[in-house]
Amino acid sequence: MGANRCAIVGIGQTHHKAKRQDVSIAGLVREAAARALADAELTWKDIDAVVIGKAPDMFEGVMMPELYLADALGAVGKPMLRVHTAGSVGGSTAIAAAHLVMGGVHQRVLTVAFEKQSESDAMWALSPKIPFQPQLTAGAGGYFAPLVRAYIRRSGAPDDVGLQVAVKDRLHALKNPYAHLRIKGIDRAMVADSPMLWDPIRYLETCPSSDGACAMVMTSEAIAAAAPRPPAWVHGLSTRSEPVVFAGRDQVNPQAGRDCARDVYTQAGISDPRRDLACAELYVPFSWFEPMWLENLGFAAPGEGWKLTASGATALGGALPINPSGGVLSSNPIGASGMLRFAEAAMQVRDQAGEHQVDGARRALGHAYGGGSQFFAMWIVGRDRP
Amino acid sequence: MSAPPDERPPVTVLQAPVRLDYTVTAGHHLSTYLRALADRKIVGGRCPECHKVYLPARGACPTCGVPADAPVEVADQGTVTTFCVIRIPFDAAPFPPPYVAVAILLDGADMPIFHLVRGIEPDAARMGMRVRAVWVPDDQLGPTLASIRWFEATGEPDAPFEAIASHL
Repeated sequence: MGANRCAIVGIGQTHHKAKRQDVSIAGLVREAAARALADAELTWKDIDAVVIGKAPDMFEGVMMPELYLADALGAVGKPMLRVHTAGSVGGSTAIAAAHLVMGGVHQRVLTVAFEKQSESDAMWALSPKIPFQPQLTAGAGGYFAPLVRAYIRRSGAPDDVGLQVAVKDRLHALKNPYAHLRIKGIDRAMVADSPMLWDPIRYLETCPSSDGACAMVMTSEAIAAAAPRPPAWVHGLSTRSEPVVFAGRDQVNPQAGRDCARDVYTQAGISDPRRDLACAELYVPFSWFEPMWLENLGFAAPGEGWKLTASGATALGGALPINPSGGVLSSNPIGASGMLRFAEAAMQVRDQAGEHQVDGARRALGHAYGGGSQFFAMWIVGRDRP
Repeated sequence: MSAPPDERPPVTVLQAPVRLDYTVTAGHHLSTYLRALADRKIVGGRCPECHKVYLPARGACPTCGVPADAPVEVADQGTVTTFCVIRIPFDAAPFPPPYVAVAILLDGADMPIFHLVRGIEPDAARMGMRVRAVWVPDDQLGPTLASIRWFEATGEPDAPFEAIASHL
């Protein structure tokens, strides 16, 4: 890559819940950041710069929250940068932070992402009345359900693949003490019997609304040499975007996602992601997006992603575990959801994932998307120095 | 001097409603499209390089980067490319659920628009279904897509999947 190496030496996250009324937004981000610092055995004073991300300001109705959060994140008198790329923001925030290290600008960077959905109405914020089109999208589900229908029609997938992912990720969440949804006795019947919200997406095939934050400490190679625990190393990282509508746009399998994946694989020297990656944390807010992204990211040929899911390969213990943490389907603090994917991938290669650890994971993919399937952020992290 | 301990629980939630009013300057291309809607017409723009018809016309074709603004009137009927049935109630819903939200490829256009289909049972909605615009009465027409109340089924045979496959 022609850049300096970047190590992830500290990772922290909050316990994600529907309502974290025990903390303010400032308290929420500080909780995750303090855990990341503790993991790195560094203090606030050691940090050179802070990079923070969250989804649209309309979600909490607080404009530019990063300005008042400088205090809580120890950033007073230091460079502080806010990133915003809709739902992919947690991923692109981590990438912006890594770039500061890789570019040699800073030695130790703290990055944080959050959402406090209990202080907001995301469905309202995502359903504005604008005069060019009727107001009808009914939040993210109303936008993505037609794409799911298009995927099912195009791939010929059986109707129950979405049920399978919904169950699998919630079973994974039972092994993750930070997960928001921990549904005892989750099974296909429970998902199938849950209300249809945005036909063909059922209640239990969609993500929850969560309060939560995630943080990481990234350092240069020289600083990482003194890290108390093995770091995760950045092997590749990339972002891509495309317009939400253009003639002939493939919204089910977007070009920007394919290009972004190809770029990170090239950087990491990966020719066959299914063989070369131990696991992946993918941004799957609706269960059907697992097979859709498996195809977009080259884990399966177009139209074949659902077969990989149906085979059981994507469950913990399978050949390619997807979302061992329980994923977005189990915790969705929107702005943090992408960073959680990146952080969970790093936890896997640091052997730090506890009960949801994939044995011997050497390299893992973290993935985030946002907007109308138009913004993508991905990284590959590894146990070995690249 | 110190205050006595307050045993009451902390204040956790204060309701503070926010509203946003937009003043939109539509600009040249969007104005052409919006004015046409007030005349019961749907006018887009063709890109001179890829020949795709955009709704509304664009100052720059997203693919070719040149103005896609040669005016083209498209039909007020078309084909449902994909859809969902909204069954979740929410504050700003246009109708009580269930209702059908669709992407429609109007005849003559190369990208779908989003709208509603009414007058059918939600379970009868189909990809490939042929639909036409139901316009508001003349005295309610204006420079807004709300000039189209919703779409309704034409009763024509469904379009084959191949006709919509590259618009999903």
